[in-house]
Amino acid sequence: MNTTVVAQLQRQFQDYIVSLYQQGFLDNQFSELRKLQDEGTPDFVAEVVSLFFDDCSKLINTMSASLERPDNVDFKQVDSGVHQLKGSSSSVGAQRVKNVCISFKECCHVQNREGCLRCLQQVDYEYKMLKTKLQDLFNLEQQILQAGGTIPQVDIN
Amino acid sequence: MTRDQIAEELPNLAESKLTALVVDDSFVNQTIHQKLLNRLGIENDVVTNGKEAVDVYCSGRNYDLILMDMDMPIMNGIQATKRLREMGIESKIAGVTTRANEGEKKEFMEAGLNDFQEKPLTISKLLSILHKLDFYVQT
Repeated sequence: MNTTVVAQLQRQFQDYIVSLYQQGFLDNQFSELRKLQDEGTPDFVAEVVSLFFDDCSKLINTMSASLERPDNVDFKQVDSGVHQLKGSSSSVGAQRVKNVCISFKECCHVQNREGCLRCLQQVDYEYKMLKTKLQDLFNLEQQILQAGGTIPQVDIN
Repeated sequence: MTRDQIAEELPNLAESKLTALVVDDSFVNQTIHQKLLNRLGIENDVVTNGKEAVDVYCSGRNYDLILMDMDMPIMNGIQATKRLREMGIESKIAGVTTRANEGEKKEFMEAGLNDFQEKPLTISKLLSILHKLDFYVQT
């Protein structure tokens, strides 16, 4: 094991994950998920976020279809989709996605189709951005493990 | 929390062989809740809506604890909780939901819950549920 390489990778990992919290991509719930990961389930966090991204894709498609025709928007259905997305984003610590969902819910409540469409676009952007960021994070984890190191516990408080 | 810290909180949890049913339509939440329960050594099953929860009990199975989501298709958490209580089910039911306004919480509690926690669930919140519902043996 090249300890210098491991130390560099670990530092890179720490800096990167801290930046994700500082930029608001993640909140404390992500830390809670990381605490649940153990030797028996080393891919737990990756699996949960993968389920979350599947949710995002499916719900965004459904909401997009509901919002398509200006004269026939089922705001109750859109609101239901936003509620589910808000729930799952909250569960994985996807703070930016969750925050867009809060605004999205308001637009549904007042039946503002244009506002809903803007929020839909924003939520699509945010989840895809987070997906890329977390993939980079998981890649760093793999590099650390392959170099013979351990994943650092990072205290973001 | 480490396993030792968890064991200190609930010294007899390991011997208690508690069982739990996760009732939630979200795969994300199902996975997280099952992991939390596994971490505390609680055997658990999962169903995806209130009707499935009722059907499981009708099939003769029983659980010490039910973690009941509120918003689910086919039969929601409020309807399922009422139905289970009408059936005479005495399992402890903890409502877990993102809906936190007082009116919705009151309606859910009045359906027959023993406890209520806002999502997302964490180890601390789950321990709080277990403490409140006396799921440990007093020494």
